[in-house]
Amino acid sequence: MFSLKGVKYKDILDINELHIPGEKITCIIGESGSGKTTLLKLLNNMISCDEGIILFKGQSLYDINPIELRRKVIMLNQNPAIFSGTVKDNLLIGLRFAEKSIPDDSKLINVLHQVYLKKRLEEDAEILSGGEKQRLTLARILLMEPEVLLLDEPSSALDQNTEKEVIEQIIKDVKARQAALIMITHSRLLAEKYGDFIIEVKNGQIFLIRERR
Amino acid sequence: MEKIIDLTLIQLASAYIFVVILLVIVKIKGIAREKEILIGSIRMTLQLILVGYLLSYVFENSNPFYTLFIIAVMEVFAVFNIYKRVKKELSLKLKKVIAFSIVVGTLVGQFYFVLVVLRISPWFEPRYFIPIAGMMIGNSMTGISLGVERLLDGFISKKNLVESALMLGATPQVASRDIVNSSFDAAILPTINSMVGMGIVFLPGMMTGQILSGISPLIAVEYQIAIMLGIVGCVSLTVFVFVQMAYKTFFNKYCQLNI
Ligand SMILES: Nc1ncnc2c1ncn2[C@@H]1O[C@H](COP(=O)(O)OP(=O)(O)OP(=O)(O)O)[C@@H](O)[C@H]1O
Ligand SMILES: [Mg+2]
Repeated sequence: MFSLKGVKYKDILDINELHIPGEKITCIIGESGSGKTTLLKLLNNMISCDEGIILFKGQSLYDINPIELRRKVIMLNQNPAIFSGTVKDNLLIGLRFAEKSIPDDSKLINVLHQVYLKKRLEEDAEILSGGEKQRLTLARILLMEPEVLLLDEPSSALDQNTEKEVIEQIIKDVKARQAALIMITHSRLLAEKYGDFIIEVKNGQIFLIRERR
Repeated sequence: MEKIIDLTLIQLASAYIFVVILLVIVKIKGIAREKEILIGSIRMTLQLILVGYLLSYVFENSNPFYTLFIIAVMEVFAVFNIYKRVKKELSLKLKKVIAFSIVVGTLVGQFYFVLVVLRISPWFEPRYFIPIAGMMIGNSMTGISLGVERLLDGFISKKNLVESALMLGATPQVASRDIVNSSFDAAILPTINSMVGMGIVFLPGMMTGQILSGISPLIAVEYQIAIMLGIVGCVSLTVFVFVQMAYKTFFNKYCQLNI
């Protein structure tokens, strides 16, 4: 689905060749500061590489309208972004940004269950805890039903139990929709458990850890 | 009509007592501002004397080129004053947007006001044109300075939100809407406030001047209402043009945030 050839970004990333398959779970691991977030941002054109080519479904990423691309390939920011307003406002804002149709409340409540967030829709989002905010931003993205999900440490603020439940729900959702999931995680265990395809970023270079076709 | 009392040199000099009092106070309080106060008073005096002679010359020898030249000088001064006032690094693109919006906004404002509202003739009559241009440019300058400041603050402090909005497929326009609105607000608020306090809290400079020089308060008020509306319109137009163009300078052609 994504093909990278000779991609360089500043002195942070230097990728000889990388193919990320579609309809699969890809996990990206690596030390802090190794360039994982940078790699993910390249994939939805939040930053441009200095050299090399990046293809999405065989087409150069830079020939695709970036807004259209990001509406299909949606990225979850490493710092959960909470906008002013209620839980409901925060769920819907993604759909509003992407100019997609607004579902009714029952679907919103459903998606909150999916991420194990026991909060009412009218609650002020600002008062949620760190981990709750993280799950709220996940629910927001699930609601958008993207073709590709790019998640940057989606469970960094969650306890082990909640982490497992939430990640399994996301994977279930992605598989049911035949979408693709590319996820950065600090947990090698998590990657080994769920990843069909595991990449390690080390000193700006890419190492393939596992390839399950 | 009663004529204004021409101040004698001694009378004027006695007004400087105010500055002396101020100097004594800061000295006692140990506030290190003597230099600024002195330089400020001297600059004010010299600049006003110079402007006094210049204006009396221009008023007596009215000529479209003089009028246009003085407006051009004021515009250039306003642009550089904004660059200086904003205490942050400005990109070249943003500087261009600032210059464009203040020049275009205030020119449209001035010409509309002079040609359509006042209908003075000849159109370049400096007695009218220059003070009006001065007020419009001055107020727009303050407005844009505040707007720029707020816009930069917004993009820095809300960087994560703007970036996240882009990641969710928002256009730059939508992603920066809150920042743009708050910048517009900050820029026009002082002008709106001065409209509200007008006549009660203070008598605006123009009206004070006219009343002192013997014009009936009612005529002075007519002018003041017209000019106040003109200023509000002109500041809004200038600031609107500014924010509509300025937010785009924070994004590149791939709709990436570049700060
Ligand atoms: N725009 C930028 N300009 C210059 N350097 C940058 C930029 N963005 C990130 N970096 C640097 O690139 C390196 C990799 O950053 P990146 O955010 O990709 O790391 P990461 O692997 O996601 O780390 P973490 O696990 O801590 O999130 C870091 O050293 C960072 O300081
Ligand atoms: Mg990161």
